Amino acid sequence: MTTLTFDASSDPILVRRERIQSVAAASLGRRKIYSRIAVGVCWAFLVVAIVPLVAVVLYVVIKGLPAWSTDFFTHPTYPEGIPGGGVWNAIVGTAVIGFLATAVTVPLGLFCGLFLAESDGKVGAAVRFTADVMTGVPSITIGIFGYIAIVKNFGYSGLAGAFSIGIVMLPVIIRAGETAIRGVPGSLNEAAMALGARRATIARRVVVPAAMPGIITGTLLAVARGLGETAPLLLTIFGNEYMQWNPAKPMNALPLVIFTNSNQPYPDLVQVAWGAALLLMVIVLVLSVGSRVLAAVLQKERR
Amino acid sequence: MTTTETPASGRAKRGGRFALPNAAYKGILIAMVAIFVALVAWYVISIAVQSKPAFSALGFSWIFQNVWAPSHGKYGLLPFILGTIETTAIALVLAVPIGLGTAIALAHLVPDRIRPPLSTAVELLAAVPSVVYGLWGLIVLAPVFREHVEPFLTSVFGWTGLFNGPNNGVGLLLAGVILFVMVLPTMVAISRDVLAVVPKEQIEGAMALGATRWQVLRKVVIPAARTGILGAFTLAMGRALGETVAVALVIGNSPFIAHSVKSSAATLASLIVNNFGEASGTELAALFGAGLVLLVIGVAVNAVARVLVRGTERAGGASSVAVA
Amino acid sequence: MIDPTTPLEKGVSLNTAQVLLEPPIGHRVMELDDVTVSFAGRKAVRDVSFDVHEGEITALIGPSGSGKTTLLRALNRMHDTVRTASVTGRIMLGDTDVNAGSTDATLLRSRVGMVFQRPNPFPTMSIYENTVAGLKFNGVRKKALLDEAAESALVGAALWDSVRDRLKAHASTLSGGEQQRLCIARALAVEPEVLLMDEPTSALDPIATKRIEELVGELKHRVTIIIVTHNMQQAMRVSDRCAFLLMGEDKAGELIEFGPTAKLFSEPTDPRTLDYVNGRFG
Repeated sequence: MTTLTFDASSDPILVRRERIQSVAAASLGRRKIYSRIAVGVCWAFLVVAIVPLVAVVLYVVIKGLPAWSTDFFTHPTYPEGIPGGGVWNAIVGTAVIGFLATAVTVPLGLFCGLFLAESDGKVGAAVRFTADVMTGVPSITIGIFGYIAIVKNFGYSGLAGAFSIGIVMLPVIIRAGETAIRGVPGSLNEAAMALGARRATIARRVVVPAAMPGIITGTLLAVARGLGETAPLLLTIFGNEYMQWNPAKPMNALPLVIFTNSNQPYPDLVQVAWGAALLLMVIVLVLSVGSRVLAAVLQKERR
Repeated sequence: MTTTETPASGRAKRGGRFALPNAAYKGILIAMVAIFVALVAWYVISIAVQSKPAFSALGFSWIFQNVWAPSHGKYGLLPFILGTIETTAIALVLAVPIGLGTAIALAHLVPDRIRPPLSTAVELLAAVPSVVYGLWGLIVLAPVFREHVEPFLTSVFGWTGLFNGPNNGVGLLLAGVILFVMVLPTMVAISRDVLAVVPKEQIEGAMALGATRWQVLRKVVIPAARTGILGAFTLAMGRALGETVAVALVIGNSPFIAHSVKSSAATLASLIVNNFGEASGTELAALFGAGLVLLVIGVAVNAVARVLVRGTERAGGASSVAVA
Repeated sequence: MIDPTTPLEKGVSLNTAQVLLEPPIGHRVMELDDVTVSFAGRKAVRDVSFDVHEGEITALIGPSGSGKTTLLRALNRMHDTVRTASVTGRIMLGDTDVNAGSTDATLLRSRVGMVFQRPNPFPTMSIYENTVAGLKFNGVRKKALLDEAAESALVGAALWDSVRDRLKAHASTLSGGEQQRLCIARALAVEPEVLLMDEPTSALDPIATKRIEELVGELKHRVTIIIVTHNMQQAMRVSDRCAFLLMGEDKAGELIEFGPTAKLFSEPTDPRTLDYVNGRFG
């Protein structure tokens, strides 16, 4: 504290400084303890959050790996008691459904993204908001929609599943596409426009190629999301113990195998569920990590 | 960018083989958006229309009746609405403090070197399919709950009356806990983003006034990020309300109003998925009705969440990847 | 050592007689002794020594990269948050060794306030809440003391008349210059002994800058000020003493010259100072 050459008690500012500094010093211990406790609680919560998440991943790896065998990847699901069953039919189902859903939603989503990237008006805002809300609606209701729209008319099929999964993926691709396209420098667009190019040409030759890293990232994330969805499939593809390549027929899929087998009282079927869970998790993580890596690589190349 | 500009524009000038007139291009874009909008409209309307038989057969009040007994013509949805709210409430009671604390730690407490890998790990975990969480909950966590967690909680909190009845393992509590684990990565990822973008000047401004570390967080960082945090919670709530398979695996699926958090119960989503295969007629329409209720709740919650999160995106925050 | 250009009359009204006899060699509020700041082992500013006198305005000037801001931030231990940062040498605030292990950084910062380059009022708080934020951080809860300090600080920052009727309004409703004065009020409310100002006008227009400069001149009777500026005219206008820093050959800033502002600008002892004040580099 400063010693002063004149009478401190008469200066209101010095009096107040004295009061404030004494309060600050007196409360310091309490404030610091309080701070340490609160910060400690945040650290504790971080640990509490990490434990179950790590446990899930570890369990899936530990319990799933033993299920992985040649049979697991090459044989279709067998009923309980018959050894050598696998998930080949589910892998095929997931791949076919994922491929169909992606093939339709990527172009559709991309066109919608192009539209939104140029629309700052009310229509654009409404469509954008709709897409945002659609990314979060309960997926079971999308399964119901798939049932009503496709299954009721054409029966259970891989196509009905692809339709539902496509509805799940579409809004994600639209928004990711819009974001990527908006990131393209306006100068590129204008330069092409000044040369008299048509807008379709600009989109195809300039904008979409420039936005490609973001589009690919968004698509991979949407696929990761779509492949993991279970509820819509439960109401649309029915499940199929046998090998089925034809998407017009009922199919099986990895999430379905996990869901139905985990409820079974037979350890060998539960084992298959763990194996399928590990496979699905690996696929989803590879897609997520891959999208990041790819985006980083493409971004770097561009510079 | 200058390197790509010249060749790209050169090509643009020559035009592509498929160069469309501008009006036609615009028309295609509008048509595609119209397809999307039509799909969404079809989705909402078809569920509403298909549930109409239940409304005409049972009146509007059936939604809030408390008995589900298809063999007796009773299709009350109240037990499932309550089950949905209760599981979500348990999930949020755990997820709000733990998620917020984790996000604060990730954004402002962990050393710079381990922050990026931890944050990436959290974002990746958000992509783990919910059915995997359900499988883990049913096979691994349910026995632990039956043997250890539920007996312990009963002995400590039994007096509240919330823990009456046998220790089942599966039930409301386990469903809530699984939902908590499931929504945690999403919530942490978004909250972390909005907490991390609070300007350094604000933080230093508080520090320079003599604030402790926690005072800086509590009075400056959290208030600045509160809208985004609220949005993250609301999004998490939307996911918890609508989650189907993870809940269906661990809730025990009983169509009665639960009298204890250990009771088996069911949610709107688990009701649909468990009864869909055998349902027909009014029961099927009632299941569509349950879907309609879920859809309305889901849209409302997500609309609110989007408004909240988007506000922070404009302010320069929230990674859209984590939100998606 | 007597600096005739310093307007001391106003500042020392409490003890006129003594000051007129022996003007500016007041009390040393802060003493810097061989202060070196390094980041990850690399020196950013090195071996700086000078004294800061009570009731004066000390300016840190020099071209960018000379370590002015780095040095300033060492004075209230803002480098604590940077793990690789280390401060050696001695900084004394009165009897307190700033860098001693026993000195609490939080408590130190309530004695050494800081105003930043860009106005940084807390956007979620009202004008009043911003003003008393520091007091609340420091454990002050008495409403009477909060109100008294807030009014005094806002008066001191020449903001009271324009905000007295809208204390509950958000800080973001103020103009840039007003926001910076709110930040000054926020720092003043804690009644610090020293106020550090890091280029406080760099984000402001000329009119707002002029008002802040006038304000700084008035404030020195209340609090000792150390101001970083890259603007030599500003240093000349507001400061009593100047420290001129320059980046040395090892890329670390060093103190070239320290002395009364008038002398430093009119007859510097070091040729490099002469070059700088004449605008030959920087």
